[in-house]
Amino acid sequence: MIAEIGHFALVLALFVALAQGTLPLIGAARNIAPWVALARPAAIGQWLLVATAFAALTHAYITSDFSLLNVALNSHSAKPLIYKISGVWANHEGSMVLWVLILATFGATVALFGNNLPPALRARALAVQALIAVGFLAFILFTSNPFQRLLPAPPDGQGLNPLLQDPGLAFHPPFLYLGYVGFSMAFSFAMAALIEGRVDAAWARWVRPWSLAAWAFLTTGIGLGSWWAYYELGWGGWWYWDPVENASFMPWLAGTALLHSSIVVEKRDTLKGWTVFLAILAFAFSLLGTFLVRSGILTSVHTFASDPARGTFILGLLVIYIGGAFALFAWRGPSLQAGGLFRPVSREGGLMVNNLILTVATAAVLLGTLYPLLLDAVGGGKISVGPPFFNAVFVPLMVPLIAVMAIGPMLPWKRGDIAGALQRLTVAIAIAVTVVLATWLFYDRGTLLAGLGLGLAAWLFVGTLAEFAGRLQLGRAPFGDSLRRLARLPRSAFGMTLAHAGFAIVVAGVTASSAWKTESVQSMRPGDKVTVGGYEYTFEGARRVQGPNYIADRGTFTVRKDGAVFVTLYPEKRSYPVERSQTTEAAIHPTFLGDLYAVIGDPAGNGAYVTRIYFNPLVAWMWTGVLIMVGGGLVSLTDRRLRIGAPARARLGGAAAAGA
Amino acid sequence: MKRKHKRLTFVGLGLLLLGAAAALVLTAFEDSIVFFFSPTEVLAKQGELTPQRRLRIGGLVEEGSVAKADGGAVTTFRITDLTAVVPVVFRGILPDLFREGQGVVAEGTWQNGVFQATEVLAKHDENYMPPEVAEALKKSGQWQQTGAPKEAKP
Repeated sequence: MIAEIGHFALVLALFVALAQGTLPLIGAARNIAPWVALARPAAIGQWLLVATAFAALTHAYITSDFSLLNVALNSHSAKPLIYKISGVWANHEGSMVLWVLILATFGATVALFGNNLPPALRARALAVQALIAVGFLAFILFTSNPFQRLLPAPPDGQGLNPLLQDPGLAFHPPFLYLGYVGFSMAFSFAMAALIEGRVDAAWARWVRPWSLAAWAFLTTGIGLGSWWAYYELGWGGWWYWDPVENASFMPWLAGTALLHSSIVVEKRDTLKGWTVFLAILAFAFSLLGTFLVRSGILTSVHTFASDPARGTFILGLLVIYIGGAFALFAWRGPSLQAGGLFRPVSREGGLMVNNLILTVATAAVLLGTLYPLLLDAVGGGKISVGPPFFNAVFVPLMVPLIAVMAIGPMLPWKRGDIAGALQRLTVAIAIAVTVVLATWLFYDRGTLLAGLGLGLAAWLFVGTLAEFAGRLQLGRAPFGDSLRRLARLPRSAFGMTLAHAGFAIVVAGVTASSAWKTESVQSMRPGDKVTVGGYEYTFEGARRVQGPNYIADRGTFTVRKDGAVFVTLYPEKRSYPVERSQTTEAAIHPTFLGDLYAVIGDPAGNGAYVTRIYFNPLVAWMWTGVLIMVGGGLVSLTDRRLRIGAPARARLGGAAAAGA
Repeated sequence: MKRKHKRLTFVGLGLLLLGAAAALVLTAFEDSIVFFFSPTEVLAKQGELTPQRRLRIGGLVEEGSVAKADGGAVTTFRITDLTAVVPVVFRGILPDLFREGQGVVAEGTWQNGVFQATEVLAKHDENYMPPEVAEALKKSGQWQQTGAPKEAKP
């Protein structure tokens, strides 16, 4: 019965979304106030209905109602509660309901808290948001109904893929969707602005919190996914340039570009068309990601068992939304008037270079991801484009980006002076050169590249701190003055410093773990020793242990450093009887300089096991860096300018040019 | 500086970047694209495959072909598209879903009649057949569509 309520709520939500997607648009065009006013209650109503459907599905999972096909296929009564709940979105149908729920949540948030928005703009943005919901609700109802009954109900379910029974993966999809779908809000505002033919500083100020929030969520989601791959797949790697990883990375790149170009619109009232274009692009890549994952056209570790009808449907939605958006952009875009002028060497110029590099990088990733599909479609044979391609293309593109990243914030708006900026960066230059040389001389003479990577990270890190110190006049003004400046500094300045410094730490982690990972695969009997990364691992044997819904072989490694016991590692190989499958649980001991990483494989007779041991340098830096970046996004989100919003459009438009 | 000049600077910079990216892409494509072959194709093209050339092969793990060497650290098995059979050697821990009779994709190099795999891929989902494997089986004329993944058994 509850399932039927959920299904009915979804159908109602579709109709509410239809009304919300059309009437306010007409109302705003023809000045029919009641129709404009309809947008807010409709958005809230739509959220309530979708939330009801989601709650009904969650209820079915928690109570293990196997008369629902979806629950029977993806759950089992013996599963721990948290995985019963995460099972709701660990399958295609349920994850689409979550997708729509998040979409409706963003819409309802605008409806509830967007008091300072002009009614017409708000109505139009909510209408566009609802039109997106219409497509995806129809998609759920026509191709992927999660409430389909299975009669007679089976006594128990088939269980959830054990790889997905993991805390990292339980929260990876929701964050990823919050990110993907978050860009829908920037997209809806961009559409609304195009319809009105007006983009100004106030508009940028309204869009910015949404793109910031989406960016922070997406960063978290990608980080969680990468972390999960690192410890759960047991291959010692954290990024595989897998098509589906790329699918989440492309909106991140485009969204990062959007985040930066919207600053220029806010502060300098220029680059408007470009910012609107990026808003469309970021959401287009979010939809493309959804399409690539759902259609099963790509070979990937993530692919859901596929259904061509679903792929076609999402492709149709993609064409309608993005085609429509670009058509509207082509039609109305030229009418957006450009504002302030600037020289190529200026803060605007730096942000523009950031945008150019990020979009070119996005295009390169897109090409590498879709090229196998295109080649196959024209009968050119099956190929795969893997890490070597992306490393060869993407990494060189990041070098100028990082180089400019430290200089850009040093430049003033309108007109800058590179020599002056570099002068303020002498410390950063000195430290970066020292890092490159020290790495080459004392650590690794084999390749200069890894040292250069670390040098770039140092350059960015120190440069970012130098910029922050410069804002405080640290060392040049009395210390008390600096403290006063610190207190007055806008939160967005803290946010930028944190995000850039976090990124520098990520770069260091990525470089070191890619360049100096050491690995050893062998068959070990109890008592055998192997040395990896300066640590001596003694295999003490393995024994059977019983988990809540699995049986595991748990190996024991005593790790010694310089003869003294350093840590004991317990990697597991788990067998899940219900799902008839196995997972590898790597044992990881993170240290500041690198992770000790042990995996146990199949028994090889006589108590021997195949083992794989890695030393992964600076991996913890990556996770820390990602957390700091997300922290930067969140701090920036609390900036009071974003909270207070824009009481009066004109006043702020004028004040923005003068401010900061 | 005039607006036109400013725009020109950035258009120029953009083109330069795109050009650099295109050059990177083209050289990377030359070196790093990995072609996919079915066992039949590998045997047919043996002559052209240098030991440096990376490729992927896919098919089913032949029943009864999996054997261990070096105390279990090395696995040898055969991949078949039910027409031709290719021997594979892999050092390392196999993915959890690697099983005899199941679809598998291996990446590596062809060394004197043996495929030296550096990577063996099996999938999250045991009902899922990698498209390449399905393709390889179709090419060899041995494909039987077994229908959608097994539905819940009542």
